[in-house]
Amino acid sequence: MRIGDPLPEWHVEATPTFVISTALATRDFQDVHHDRDLAVRRGSKDIFINILTTTGLVQRYVTDWAGPEALVRQINVRLGAPCFAYDTLKFFGQVVERQEQDLTIEVVGRTAHGDHVTGTVRIEVPA
Amino acid sequence: MTDIEKEAARIAEQGESAPRLARDPVNLPMINNWLEAIGDKHPGYTEVAPPAMVQVWTMPGLHGRRAPDDPLGQMMAILDEAGYTSVVATNSDQTYHRYLKVGEHLSMATSLEDVTGPKRTGLGEGWFVTTRSTWYVGDEPVAEMRFRVLKYRPAQKPEPVAETPEAQPIRPSVNRDTEYFWEGCRQNELRIQRCGGCGLLRHPPGPMCPECGATKPKYLVSDGLGVVYSYVVHHHPAVPGKRTPFVIALVELDEGVRMLGELDGEPAIGQRVEVVFTKVDDELTMPSWRPRADR
Repeated sequence: MRIGDPLPEWHVEATPTFVISTALATRDFQDVHHDRDLAVRRGSKDIFINILTTTGLVQRYVTDWAGPEALVRQINVRLGAPCFAYDTLKFFGQVVERQEQDLTIEVVGRTAHGDHVTGTVRIEVPA
Repeated sequence: MTDIEKEAARIAEQGESAPRLARDPVNLPMINNWLEAIGDKHPGYTEVAPPAMVQVWTMPGLHGRRAPDDPLGQMMAILDEAGYTSVVATNSDQTYHRYLKVGEHLSMATSLEDVTGPKRTGLGEGWFVTTRSTWYVGDEPVAEMRFRVLKYRPAQKPEPVAETPEAQPIRPSVNRDTEYFWEGCRQNELRIQRCGGCGLLRHPPGPMCPECGATKPKYLVSDGLGVVYSYVVHHHPAVPGKRTPFVIALVELDEGVRMLGELDGEPAIGQRVEVVFTKVDDELTMPSWRPRADR
């Protein structure tokens, strides 16, 4: 794991079931995450993924690559275009910093509408 | 200092809200629901929770309400009142000091860190509101979050340009070079300029023949038949006197010149068309095209 190492591209199919089950598993009951009629009435194209899920996906992307021994210390995310039901969310990442066992990974999650999330994850890997 | 900034300073001065206790201690069923939904197969979450779950523990739940001393709620109310009625989260920065063990009971307290605005954004004018939340186990801070939302006044969508089919259509500018053409239309003749010197047909009209240089323009009367050489379907912007969408076709006349005009019907390149004359008023008659089923 060195600076410049890329993470393998990862695709998440944001099915309605995925959007809703993750919203409920993160205890986010806002209607725009599970009720399409209301989401459309509020001006959205469809229901969309909530922030806690985006954070969870960013964490999973990095730990799937780094392995279960890596410890997650920080997740910073900047939010952009919503990830709607039926979107494919594509993750890309790269190691941008390493100081001994501390790594910083830059992550971007993108849909056809643009960047849904850009962020950095700080992890600590075993020596 | 604006009123909003004064209110923000007042709320920031209140410091951290009273800690709110999570509904449940960190527990495996909720962890497993979360892992299942996210699809995370990480084997390490049997005694500790995934760090990214920290906010889940203190979510207000299905019927939750914000505490009256919640700084974000207070700031949202002030901005609502000032007309900044929409909200979108822009940043969430979480730092985990340690992993949380099953059985630990979290509480969370929040303070207002920063309110900046008014800013012009793609969504509309708004204020960035940043809060800092800390999760505690007992008195020990175990995780922190900086959370930023944009509270904005939705940008006014440009007023839809009223479709004005009743309005007067745009009139052609008629001059000495083009007068013969519009006169022809009034008589339901489609006239093509023909050079009085070399006989070259040309359209649009001009004073001088590009071939021989003669300045003796004459015309012939076209049969008014041709094929669609190209076309556009006009959707936007609105055009006075027209209902969008409409089709403008470039028609290659059988005589050999090309001429623009509205096409009434489904356009297709190569389609046979014939001219139609529509009288607008005593001064103006407009030529247009319609499909023709040629035998």
